[in-house]
Formats: sequence, structure tokens, C-alpha cells
Amino acid sequence: MIDELGQFALVLALALSLAQAGFSIVGRLRRDATLAGAGEGAAMGAFAAIALGFAALIHAFVTSDFSVLNVAANSHTAKPLIYKIAGAWGSHEGSMLLWCLMLTGYGAAMAASGRLPFGLKASAVATQGLLGALFIGYMVFASNPLARIGDVPVQGDSLNPLLQDPALAGHPPFLYAGYVGFSVVFSLSAAALVEGRVDPAWARWIRPWTLAAWSFLTVGITLGSYWAYYELGWGGWWAWDPVENASFMPWLMGTALLHSAAVTEKRGALASWTVLLGIGAFTLSMMGAFLVRSGVLTSVHAFAIDPRRGILLLGILGIAAGSGLTLYAWRAPTLKDEAAFTAISREGSLFLNNVLLAGATAVVLIGTLMPLIRSAIDGTPISVGPPYFNLTFTALVAPALLALPVGPLLAWKRGDLTGALRRLWIAAALAVAAGFAILAAVSPRSLLASCGIALGAWVIVGALAEAADRVRLFRAPWAEVGRRAGGLPRGAWGMTLAHLGIGVFALGAAFETAWRTESTEAIGLGQSMRLGAYQLRLDDVGQYFGANFAADRALVRITGADGKVFCIAAPERRLYAAGGQTVSGVAICPTLLDDVYVVFGDRRTQPNGQPAFLLRAYWNPWVRFVFAGPLLMALGGAVSLSDRRLRFALTSRVRAAPAPAAAE
Amino acid sequence: MSATVIAFRRTLIALVAVGILTAAAADPADRLANPAQEARARTIFREVRCLVCQSESIDESDAALAHDLRQLVRQQVAAGKSDAAIRAYLVSRYGQFVLLAPKPSLGNAILWIGPLLVVVLGAVALIARRRPASQGEALTEQEEAALAELAPEETR
Repeated sequence: MIDELGQFALVLALALSLAQAGFSIVGRLRRDATLAGAGEGAAMGAFAAIALGFAALIHAFVTSDFSVLNVAANSHTAKPLIYKIAGAWGSHEGSMLLWCLMLTGYGAAMAASGRLPFGLKASAVATQGLLGALFIGYMVFASNPLARIGDVPVQGDSLNPLLQDPALAGHPPFLYAGYVGFSVVFSLSAAALVEGRVDPAWARWIRPWTLAAWSFLTVGITLGSYWAYYELGWGGWWAWDPVENASFMPWLMGTALLHSAAVTEKRGALASWTVLLGIGAFTLSMMGAFLVRSGVLTSVHAFAIDPRRGILLLGILGIAAGSGLTLYAWRAPTLKDEAAFTAISREGSLFLNNVLLAGATAVVLIGTLMPLIRSAIDGTPISVGPPYFNLTFTALVAPALLALPVGPLLAWKRGDLTGALRRLWIAAALAVAAGFAILAAVSPRSLLASCGIALGAWVIVGALAEAADRVRLFRAPWAEVGRRAGGLPRGAWGMTLAHLGIGVFALGAAFETAWRTESTEAIGLGQSMRLGAYQLRLDDVGQYFGANFAADRALVRITGADGKVFCIAAPERRLYAAGGQTVSGVAICPTLLDDVYVVFGDRRTQPNGQPAFLLRAYWNPWVRFVFAGPLLMALGGAVSLSDRRLRFALTSRVRAAPAPAAAE
Repeated sequence: MSATVIAFRRTLIALVAVGILTAAAADPADRLANPAQEARARTIFREVRCLVCQSESIDESDAALAHDLRQLVRQQVAAGKSDAAIRAYLVSRYGQFVLLAPKPSLGNAILWIGPLLVVVLGAVALIARRRPASQGEALTEQEEAALAELAPEETR
């Protein structure tokens, strides 16, 4: 009964999305506020209907209703409750429902926001309605999450055990909140093209949506990366796998969009470019969903793929992105983009940021699609993997990081480069010193990694120096520093945090990649192996039973360089009876910055006939920075988002505060 | 059972290979006695694709074919062949697909030229903008008014 209600709600949502588009278009053409208001109402109704359908699916999963095909294929009565719920978006059908939930949710939020002018809002709500109709239509007709089966099984097939993980339960919602958040920017961009007007006010309207989408996407990618790090057991956190790239492309373009929108907002420049990025970010999000869900590219992370429906998704991508880009090609030349600036200026530095980020996006896009392109051209199968991406991506990102601290210190229109560099000399000196210290102290010596550390330190100290400069730290009395710090807009603090985050990430990425240590040995009970400065002793091997699995578990005593026991690691191999899969449970012993990472492998036999067990261990120094950096960036996004100037529909209640003198 | 369930099961089976962890490239039973040679072999492993896997190098994969390829590379390293010769040998046996870093060639030129073009065009556009900063710098009155309405506290 509840399933049928949910199903009905999904069909209703499709009708409401079509109504949303129809009312908004007609309302816009007739300049009829009542009709446009009906479109907004339909947007909220569509969200409510999808939410109902989503609730029905969650209910089916929680109650293990195996008459629903999706539940039978992805759930099991013995699964812990949290994974029953997470199973709702673990399948293709469920993930598309989650996508639609986000899409209509963002649409409803936009419809409810009060600040947009009539024409722009009606056009944007109409576009969002059309997007909703496309995706909900796909879901209702080709990917029904609540489809019933006649022959009800007694037990379900269970969710892939690799996916039964807290980080991965949260990964899709964050990722989709990011992907789909860009849909509002897409709709506002299309609407701006239709209305023929892109101005600073428009750039400010897209900022909260861009910031929200970007922050969610940052968290989503980080969770996915962290999951791959400890669940897949190969000790790495990024492999340039097509699925990882699919989520990384919209992120890169979203980052470029945040920066170019700042130029449009403050100076009215780069309007046409900002609109293109606005359309591009959601296009890449849709492409990401298509690449992941269609199985067109081989990937270790491709879960719940279905090639037959891939072609439908490709069609949706073609229609949505094609219309957006056609609209752009047609209308963009009419956009006014007059404001001039010199190359050495805040605008110039943000433009440089955009050029390099666009180049980096091109690297990931071309590298990911090249195997497809090449096999389409002459049928030659080629591979494009980490060696290509590491080289080209680093070559583009390193200059971006080098320029990063300078940008915020340049004035708008015409900046003073020598003045900015003079204010950064302490940061430069500290960064060079950090690089040399690492070069001298860490063996084996690595010039490249030392440069990476220097670059990370430069970004961090540069961001701090810029913040100190804004509040006139050490140059003004403390009372004034405090007053200035309080008066700075949250957006400025958000920027500082995000820039600190990228610096922290650079430190971790450079150090971990260069000095990760691996050790693999087959050792018997009581025997030891060496991992860098650590000594690992296999104390015991035993068995235990979890909620829905049986496990072999090793107890490994890890001793540090000082001879003290640092940690007892318990890596395990789990057998999930429901699906018959064996997966490994990695044991991680953290210090403040590093991880000792232990994987429990096969049973072997020693020459003397005694059993031996394979242990694979990694020392991942500074890996904490790799995950903390992006979280800091997302926090920066959240702090920016809390800026009073960005809150929706609160215009009348905004207090007139004294303008901070050095704010902009 | 419907086709969907069957299709989904197939992907699960592919995943088990990822889930079961043995020692992959570092298996002590396979290692070369000479640590310098073993390190060289490991470096090559990272550039060679496991042909039957899903976008993994033979350094990461536990698949049987990856194991065979690793032993092949180790033999060649032990026989004193150069890295380039080993790569050429692998390509002659398995085609370009086996290398994770495609060789620079006319067909692959867009991999390097594409991003470069984006950056160069961007840089040219930036330099071409170098106009006197005096014209059209101010926002229109309408825009000022719109901004003022949005953020009264910021208007100077």
C-alpha cells in the first residue's frame, strides 16, 4: 500500500514538474505574477511529492519489504538499520530517486527565495521544472525504484558489503547535494541568458547556490576518497579512476565559477564567462552521473551500473546540456561585458585562477574521455592513467598555488604587484625555509616533494598573512585589530579558511605521496616484520562473528622507534554469508598526522610446515592533512555561506552595520 | 529473477576481486632477490595496466593476469633489460592499451595540446584585455542601486 502511494507520488511529481515549467513559462510570457506563483507552488509540490516517494522507499528498506525489486536486490533482514536506510540510495534506481529529491528540493528552495526579480525568477523556475521533468520522467519510466515483483523472495540479496560503511552511507547524499546544487546555478544562468541580463546582482544571487553546491561536493568527494582509502585496502586516497574524475570535474569547474562570479559581482566583468561556467558545472555533474551509472568507462568504483539505461541518461545529458549551450551560443554575444582591468589586478589574478582551473578541468575531461574518443576515431584501445594525470595536473595546479597568495592582496582594476610581494616576503621566506628543511631532514631526499611542501607552506602562510593584513595585526592596537576582525565579512574569513585548506592538502599530498612506506611479509605467530621505524609483531589470529558476517582477525602489536607499544591493530577478513563475498577490514593506527595501515591477507605455509599469514602494512605520513585540507575548504564554504549578505529573503531585516574600512 | 538483478549480481562478482586482499605486487613469494631490481620492477608495475581489471595497474591488482604480467616484467628486469625495452615488449604483446601513460603520438596529441590550448588561449585573452582602466569601470546607476538594495551595509 505504502509502496503504491510512493509510486503515485513519483508520477504526481512528474506532473507537478511539468506544471511548474508550464505555469512559469506562460506566467513569464504574459507577465502574470499569479501564474508564475502557481509555477513556484508546483515546484514546492513536486518536492513534497518526491519526498513522499523517497519516504516510501526508506520505509520499504527499513521493513525489508522484498516485494519491492529494489529492496530484494539490495537489502537483507540481517543488515544493520543504518545500512538498510543507506541501501535506499545504494542502487541505480534509489540513487536516481535521491538525485530527483535533491533536484526538486533545490528547486523548491529557489522558488521560496524572495529576492529574485520577476522575469529572472520565472525563467529559472521554469528551467528547473524542465530539468525536474527530464530526470523524474527517466525515473518513472525507465528506473522505477518502487517496482514490485510478483515472485516475492523470502530473503534479499543484500547490499554489497564494501558499501556497508559509515563514510559511504553519507557519501552519495553529500555528493548529490553537490552535483545537483549546480542545477540552480544552471537554471539561473539559462534564465539570465533568456532575460539577456547578467549583472553584479545576478552574480550575487548565484553565489549562495554555488557555495552550497561546492561545499557539499567537497565533503562528498572527501568522504568517497576516505572510504576508498580505508575500505579498498590499497592504502591510496586518489587513483584518477574515471569515477573519481567524474566527481572532480564539476568540482574544478565549480571552484572556477566561485572565483569568476566574484569578478562579475564586484566589477561586472567576465559576465559571459561566468554564465558559461554556470552552465558547464551542472553539465559536468550530469556527465559525472552518466559516466558513473552507465558503465561506459571501466572503473573500480562503478557500483550499480546498467549499460542499457546509460543511453537514456546520455540522451538526458544531451538534451539538457545541449539546450543550455545552444542558448549560450545564441544569447551570450548580447551580454554586456565592458569593465576593463589590467593583467596585474584582483580581476587579473582571478582570471588567471580561472584559466588554470579551466586547463586542469580540460586535463581531467580529456584524459577521462580519451580512451572513448580514440577508440571511436580509429579503434585503437588506449589507457590514460595516473602517470598522465599526475604530470599534467600538477603542471597546471602548481602555478595556480604559486599565484594564490598574491591575488587577494592586489587591488581591483589595477594592482600593485611589488607592494603585494613586499607584504608576502615573510611568507616566502618561511615557505623556502620549510622546503629546505624537508629536503635536508627527510630521507630518501626528494626535490619534487620538497617543492610541494614549500608550495603548501607558501599558500598557508600567505593566506594567514593576507588575513593579518586585513585586520592590521601587529600594526594597529589590539582593540582596533579586534574591531576589524569582527567587522570583516564572513565571506573573507571563508576565503581564508578555504585557501588554508588547499595549502594543508598540498602539504599532505606532497609528503604522503613521496614518503609513503609499504611492507609486505608472510609471518608466523610471534614473528615480526619491519615498517619504516615501526616493528609489527603478529600476536594472534582468531575468529569472531558480526551481525551479518564471520571474520578472521589478526592481532598485530605495533612498536614505535622508542620501543614502546604504540598500538594493537586488528585487521580482519570478513565473509558475508548473504552475498558470499569476502572483504578485508583494514586496521588503521593513527598518530596526530600519520597512519599505520595494516591489511590481513592469505594464510600461507612456512618452510617448517607452520602456518604463516600475509600482512601488508603502510606507513602513510601526513595523510591526515590530505583529508583535513578539503574539510577545511568545505568549512570555508560554509562560513562564506553564513555571510549575512547572502541570506535569502531577509532584505528588509538586514541591519545597516558600519562599513568595514578595508573590507573589499 | 529479472534481468536487473542478474546484471547487478555480475558487477558484485567483479568486485570480489577488489575485496579479497592478498599481497598483490608485494607478495614476498614473488619478489626478486635484488632489492634495487625489485624497486625498478615496482616502478614499472605502476605504469602497466591490468588488462582484465577495472582501471587498475598491475601493482594494485590481485588478478591472476596481473600476477602473470608482474612475473613477466620481473623476468625482464632480472635479465637486465631497460625500462624502455620492457615497455616496448609489453606494447608489442598487448598493444598500447597496456600502458597507463599513453605514448605521445599524433593520435594522442590532444591529451597534451587540449589543456595547453585552453591555458594559452586564456592567457592571450587576459593580455588582450589590457585596455586603459579608465573606461567603463564604474557600475551603472541601476547596478549600484541593485547592489545597494542587496547589501546596504556595504555601500560606500
